[in-house]
Amino acid sequence: MLSIKDLHASIEGKEILKGINLEVKPGEVHAIMGPNGSGKSTLASVLAGREDYTVDSGEITFNGKDLLELEADERAKEGVFLAFQYPIEIPGVTTTNFMKTALNKIREYKGLEPLDAVSFLGQMKEKMKLVEIDQSLLSRSLNEGFSGGEKKRNEIFQMAMLEPTLAVLDETDSGLDIDALRIVANGVNKLKNDDNATIVVTHYQRLLDYIVPDFVHVLFDGKIVKTGGKELAHQLEEKGYDWIKEEAGVA
Amino acid sequence: MSKLIKEDIDKFFIAQFESFENSLNGESKKPLHSKRKTAIDNFKEVGFPHAKHEEYKYSNVAKIFSKLFDVENLSDDSFSLSLDEAAKYFIPELNAIRLVFINGVLDSKLSDLDTLPKGVHIQAIKTAADDYADDFEKHFNTHKIEGADNFSELNTAFTNGGVFVKIDANAVVETPIACYYFNDAKNADVISQPRNLVIAEKNSQASLIESYVTLGENTSFTNAVTEIVIEDDCIFNYYKYQNESDQAIQVGATMVHQLGKSVFNGVTLSLNGAMLRNNLNIAIHKEHSETNMYGLYLLDGKTHVDNHTVVDHKVANCESNEMYKGILDGQSRGVFNGKIFVRQDAQKTNAFQSNRNVVLSDDAEVDTKPQLEIWADDVQCSHGATVGQLDLDQLFYLRARGIDKQTAKSMLLNAFASDVLSNIKIEAFRTLIENKINERL
Ligand SMILES: Nc1ncnc2c1ncn2[C@@H]1O[C@H](COP(=O)(O)OP(=O)(O)O)[C@@H](O)[C@H]1O
Ligand SMILES: [Mg+2]
Repeated sequence: MLSIKDLHASIEGKEILKGINLEVKPGEVHAIMGPNGSGKSTLASVLAGREDYTVDSGEITFNGKDLLELEADERAKEGVFLAFQYPIEIPGVTTTNFMKTALNKIREYKGLEPLDAVSFLGQMKEKMKLVEIDQSLLSRSLNEGFSGGEKKRNEIFQMAMLEPTLAVLDETDSGLDIDALRIVANGVNKLKNDDNATIVVTHYQRLLDYIVPDFVHVLFDGKIVKTGGKELAHQLEEKGYDWIKEEAGVA
Repeated sequence: MSKLIKEDIDKFFIAQFESFENSLNGESKKPLHSKRKTAIDNFKEVGFPHAKHEEYKYSNVAKIFSKLFDVENLSDDSFSLSLDEAAKYFIPELNAIRLVFINGVLDSKLSDLDTLPKGVHIQAIKTAADDYADDFEKHFNTHKIEGADNFSELNTAFTNGGVFVKIDANAVVETPIACYYFNDAKNADVISQPRNLVIAEKNSQASLIESYVTLGENTSFTNAVTEIVIEDDCIFNYYKYQNESDQAIQVGATMVHQLGKSVFNGVTLSLNGAMLRNNLNIAIHKEHSETNMYGLYLLDGKTHVDNHTVVDHKVANCESNEMYKGILDGQSRGVFNGKIFVRQDAQKTNAFQSNRNVVLSDDAEVDTKPQLEIWADDVQCSHGATVGQLDLDQLFYLRARGIDKQTAKSMLLNAFASDVLSNIKIEAFRTLIENKINERL
């Protein structure tokens, strides 16, 4: 589904990603872990098509398409979803209106009719339940005055609405208490099926108790320096990242 | 056509006044005419405002007038407009008391003068000066107000074609009064100087819309003054809408005299024109009054819009709120100057002002200046001005959900404008403005 080959990316002339390789198949869950500043959010942003980053070399194919050729909104229409580490506040745009616009733009791209008001509301209700988010929150300005947890839940709500084929969750666990974490993880798990895939970016193992990864990758200084199964996350939790640095010969 | 210097423009208007005066015959003995004469004398002292006048520093009306206007090719008064043609510029689906002006003169055939609701009096200002002599003596150009300038004098001197509106005490007029000003610039350049007097008697409620249109490709110069007198316990809503031609120059003033304890709500919407200068001058004379001023300017091309507002808190315990927002593209220019006076007696005043701008292109420019003059000590005043660009993080967030760049931009700008637009209480009118904005964005 997703294939990243020798990806190099920079911002303002500073190289951040220094040769990333990653293969993701339908039905898989990949975790990307790594210390702060190692480039996790950069990778997520480059996948989503943020223009501030320059891709210097390498390739990304997504379901046979050259992802780097597509604009951010086209990637979303193709099924890429980024749950933001820091969701943006947009005064004056309600979540409801935002979702209606997004959903119908995606439907239009797929040659589908816009959703009528009744079906839209029905879908909203169903997905709201999934992440236990309140209606009143969704009729307010997008993320404005939301608590950290509400913002993260809103991200997963949006993911549920848009039903992406590849979801990239960037530190969706940070700032969540254990109850909220369970709700969010539960939402993600319910959305999982054999045809979609999830990349979970985190630097704690805790989320991975709930969203169980098939692969764990350690990102360090712009490179994936180690890949393993879910037990790797536990090792990292116990031993920190230093041993990885040594093993990778970069310390 | 030779370029006029400021002195030529002064001479031109003075000569215009002389021929106007000659056309008046017997009327020149009437009280109204002595007001005109005083006004032209006042005008003569400094003449046509230009860049050397502090208040016109950023808006050199004299310069653009001499550039665009051909005084040797003036439109005559033969123009007539069919209702069908005029109707294209009416606010769709709006149930209104419609007043149509051609080159600044009320056209009784195109206006709804025969079917006025109870408690509403409307007639040409010239005849009203006789029929409502007491009101005129009390209110026409008699209340001194901060912010009045030489264009106001010029307008007073040419008082002729405008309208007189009086809302009787206790009348609640649900149908808005909509003034449509048409300038005929089809074959020649045109000057129009409508002068209106509106009186809202105590405990009345009414809404007034003023909309300006220039037809044709020649230049129009509009110098409009509307005086609004508001008595005790009134609520008065005022809307000014400018979607003018690229050759339209407009100056003038809305002068609001809140003589009684009252609420005034004003919304100024500027979408197009060569140069639009709006003076909104408000004087609050009685305690426990409220004044709200909102504005949106959405500009592209070479449009230049200058909003000068003055709110004069003369008495205690009043509140004023001001919020102007600008979206500027192309080579457009926005000027905002907001003056707040809080006089020594005006204790416990609350006065808030904000001016926010989004600049979409490298060549667009904004000058914004708050001016607070506070003489009382127990007051709450705040002001803020920002000039920024579209927020790229917000834009990316929308795009990351499948919304294309154009739509995302439009959503963000609509959101930015929304807290001004939500103050347009007339639904048909708000819909029109929202549609115009969507067409543009
Ligand atoms: N806009 C930017 N300008 C310059 N450097 C940046 C910018 N954004 C991120 N970086 C740098 O890129 C590196 C990786 O950041 P990031 O991808 O956010 O890491 P992580 O998500 O793993 O914590 C950091 O060193 C950070 O300082
Ligand atoms: Mg990060």
